[in-house]
Amino acid sequence: MSSQADQLRLNNVYAGYDATVILKDVTLRIGHGEAVSIIGRNGVGKSTLLKTILGQTTLHDGAIYIGNTDITACATYRRVWHGLGYIPQEREIFPSLSVQENLTVVSNYRQRISVSRIYELFPLLYERRSHMGNQLSGGEQQMLAIGRALLGNPSVLLMDEPSEGLAPVIVDELQSTMRTLREQESLAIILVEQNSRVALDFAERCIVMNRGQIVRDGPSVELRSNVELLDRLVGIDIASDTQGLE
Amino acid sequence: MPSLVGSHTRRQQMQPTQNNQHPSRRHRWHLAEALPWVIAVGAYFVFPDYLAFGTQILITIIFAISLDLILGYAGIVTLGHAAYFGTGAYAAGMLSAHLGWNEPISGLVLAGTAAAVMGWISGLVLLRYRGLALIMLTLATAILLYELANTFEDITGGFDGLLGIHISPLLGKFDNDLWGHNYYWYTLTVLVIVFLAARRVVFSPFGRSLIGIRDNVQRMHAIGTPVYRRLVTIYTISAGLAGIAGGLFAQSNAFVTLDVLGFARSGTILVILILGGTGRLYGAFVGAVVYMVVEDELTKLSPEFWEFGVGLVLVLVVLFARRGLLGFITDMNELMHKARS
Repeated sequence: MSSQADQLRLNNVYAGYDATVILKDVTLRIGHGEAVSIIGRNGVGKSTLLKTILGQTTLHDGAIYIGNTDITACATYRRVWHGLGYIPQEREIFPSLSVQENLTVVSNYRQRISVSRIYELFPLLYERRSHMGNQLSGGEQQMLAIGRALLGNPSVLLMDEPSEGLAPVIVDELQSTMRTLREQESLAIILVEQNSRVALDFAERCIVMNRGQIVRDGPSVELRSNVELLDRLVGIDIASDTQGLE
Repeated sequence: MPSLVGSHTRRQQMQPTQNNQHPSRRHRWHLAEALPWVIAVGAYFVFPDYLAFGTQILITIIFAISLDLILGYAGIVTLGHAAYFGTGAYAAGMLSAHLGWNEPISGLVLAGTAAAVMGWISGLVLLRYRGLALIMLTLATAILLYELANTFEDITGGFDGLLGIHISPLLGKFDNDLWGHNYYWYTLTVLVIVFLAARRVVFSPFGRSLIGIRDNVQRMHAIGTPVYRRLVTIYTISAGLAGIAGGLFAQSNAFVTLDVLGFARSGTILVILILGGTGRLYGAFVGAVVYMVVEDELTKLSPEFWEFGVGLVLVLVVLFARRGLLGFITDMNELMHKARS
């Protein structure tokens, strides 16, 4: 059973692609309105973890709960109905649909957030509402991907490298909007991020993964103030991202 | 509330293009959309001797629209769509021949319903598959129905065809005359209703979600769309419309043979839609008219080698107009627009 305080819980999860096991014995608890960032080298299973929560990998063992609901055997769309929102790394905007249509295709039976609320959050999307998906810049696509995920009425938002390919100023603006959303909507957020500066800046709690396992789970501030530790855990390239924070 | 106002220079650099219309405006009727209807009405007066042929073209357009809903919008490739055309044709025919139900409008509704039920039942199984497996299974479904119709010849007439279809005059007044005057209007009216319904479906959020499924099915799952349920729904609607086309075919010809379920009919309608352009609704109009007129003219020129000419037209379209004739016209228009600006 999931603890009452947990919004999302993974119990001893083993998962991967077909017979290949990537995640090994992953146990994780995310509280209501909590933000958690996940960092680690390339190929350690960060994105696989998000896809496993969403039900897009092969689950070999373990259980996944949203609140008190066991979603282990649920299809992806039912997990979304139970409160998962997912923003994929490639954003995956529908190119043949306009911005407005990209938003209105979302099934939302328990509507809490409306399309007009999304336009309030991202006024630029309102200006672009008639543009086709393939006519948007990277930043606009990211806003649309976030807006589309929010329309599913999530209680847990899974974000896979949202800063990839975006200018720092846009990343900062996106972070600011996500913080506000988290506060106002009690949204739990799991952020997978290659950019350690963004990851440690955004969430108070940081999880480090290596070889499909969680090797550290603790406050972000400890890693921000200890570059040597960060270097040891995730490598020099990623640790060097944080030097500007000190 | 912080917001991404987006005061970047890139914002100013993006210029609206022809496609950048507000969705509601995209769904609004355009003047050019009147053209096929004006032609359809005008053809009645200009070609009074060809109205029976015109009726067959209109029936083919309805059939092609039904295919466009699943192929052009939902990305379901099928080689067995004749299964539903045939179901509608046999339903309308058998209602008259065996039950004496000769009233055409209710007969047509029942034909569409029978095909929709068949589409729903087969769709529940077929749409669990994608790609090559789905194509083969759709083909197998049509073959299965063909063989069933052949086996139960006491009911269907088998190879000899279903005889004894006597359709009552439309609204008790308008009979199916030899020249097809009344049935041309009847079929055109049904086409208008079918087209309006299809247009409503494709521009609804449900219809837009079908495009999402066609473009990226994984993404649609991830935004909470019950993909399988939506595919079954559109497949059922499409089968129903194909059944209406089949019902009209049976009523206008007062005769049904096994070829309504044949592979040739499934293949031809696929070719017609690709020729006109998929995912546009009006592609069905262009494809049906061009294909059937070319076929008719070539048959007159050379009864033995007409298929060579049809094949040549298709090769040219595939080489130079991959998005179909309608796509080619749209591309040319956009090129001219760009050249002017």
